[in-house]
Amino acid sequence: MSADIWSLSAHEIAAGVKARRLSAREVAEATIARIEATDPGLGAFTDRTFGRALAEAQSVDDAVADGEAPPLAGVPYAVKNLFDIEDVTTRAGSKINRDNPPAGGDAALVRKMALAGGVLAGALNMGEYAYDFTGENAHDGISRNPHDPGRMSGGSSGGSGTAVAAGMVPVSLGSDTNGSIRVPSSFCGLFGLKPTYGRLSRAGAFPFCASLDHLGPIARSAQDLALVFDALQGDDADDPAQAHRPPAAALAEIGKGAGGLAIAVADDYFRKNGMPEAFAAVDTVVAALGVTRAVTLPQAARARASAYVITAAEAGNLHGKRIRQRARDFDPDVRDRLIAGAMIPAAWVIQAQRFRAWFHAAMLEVFREVDIILAPATPFHALPSGTKMITLDGVTMPARPNIGIYTQPISFIGLPVVAVPVWLPGAHLPIGVQVIAAPWREDLALRVAWHLEQAGVARAPVAKL
Amino acid sequence: MSPAFDAEAYAEATAKALDLPLPPEWKASVVAHLKATAAAAELVLAFPLPDEAEPAPVFEP
Repeated sequence: MSADIWSLSAHEIAAGVKARRLSAREVAEATIARIEATDPGLGAFTDRTFGRALAEAQSVDDAVADGEAPPLAGVPYAVKNLFDIEDVTTRAGSKINRDNPPAGGDAALVRKMALAGGVLAGALNMGEYAYDFTGENAHDGISRNPHDPGRMSGGSSGGSGTAVAAGMVPVSLGSDTNGSIRVPSSFCGLFGLKPTYGRLSRAGAFPFCASLDHLGPIARSAQDLALVFDALQGDDADDPAQAHRPPAAALAEIGKGAGGLAIAVADDYFRKNGMPEAFAAVDTVVAALGVTRAVTLPQAARARASAYVITAAEAGNLHGKRIRQRARDFDPDVRDRLIAGAMIPAAWVIQAQRFRAWFHAAMLEVFREVDIILAPATPFHALPSGTKMITLDGVTMPARPNIGIYTQPISFIGLPVVAVPVWLPGAHLPIGVQVIAAPWREDLALRVAWHLEQAGVARAPVAKL
Repeated sequence: MSPAFDAEAYAEATAKALDLPLPPEWKASVVAHLKATAAAAELVLAFPLPDEAEPAPVFEP
């Protein structure tokens, strides 16, 4: 078994460690060996915490020997490098933040993972300050797509996608402001959960846009997402946006599948501006679930536009001092967006926030009729690295900002989403579909994702390297 | 894009007023981003909202 420990899922590892068929230490050693063997060509990790991993594994083995059964016993994971890790400098994809001292403690979600028996292997590459959909970083290099290393992993949680798709770790944590968990999940063929806005604590994670920032897990199965999501939930007074809701019982509910749920496919905005594979993947899921109903998300283009304005303005504000003092230390692509963002008139931003309340109310009306909405995750398969322009519906436009056209309207009002990976017949690359639920109903989205996985429609194999 | 919004003139004036860096070699890119944001804002601003429509963030004292 030890030869392919790295290929096991999180729930298989936790079950094996708790049953003492595996030790957390041998899992950690297999993880370290896998990272050392595969990461140099793929660029997922920026910081390795192997000493910590071995120490945490030992603690888990000791706890299991004492009769404890932590839910993530011995599960290796890694986190986007905007999460604080004690004694590691939180670079947030930047050069500038490397001048900061090492973090004095772990981010709230890293503490949760550790408490649940997780074993931290390191920090993962990301687009600078999370303002990115490509997985390309001007300072740390490209986090490559393990299914085709000449293509993007997707951003901004690029390394979080690379590491899981390559079988380095079964689970990673990322952040998603406009699509940064769902885009790498689509490009790298993974299950990604962007929970409801306010569900998980963001304390100790470097921010991007306070109005829109979410954290969440990426994994190779819906069950692993549920397992980790359950471990991550809980109140934290240190995140002022946290909603203090009772936790969802995601894992306990997942086996119910899609039965009894009213599911619809998003039309109009979500059937335009994509390549054929984006719609074919949605159609595959629609057919598998027997969906016959379509819904129109009201004013989706305006929702996306509003998220775009708020993002630009909040990022421009957050980085205003750095832009004035250290502009030449930024990735030029990010720098120019931040400078422009710092110039935006207040009226644009406030109107976008007023529209956000309108769109939220309108979407709650939609969710009176349906439980789940299906939509593409990205307009296309992973693009070749370095792609600058794309042509969609006959219009040529910049690639980077348009990778997120389908994810942005959804995170704009914080709806929970599971991105599920689909492999179309003959395709050598995966592409994701968004399974979108009403606020606080991550459990329903995870049930549908699990159902699709059981039906063989969604799957996340480790890439053949 | 509203023809009334001159992104280049706005960028130059704002950079000066707000002490933001705008060397000549960066200007075209910054202006392009500003134009893209202005186009998005125009779409948002064109949607009629009642005076009572409040911004989404709510402050709880």
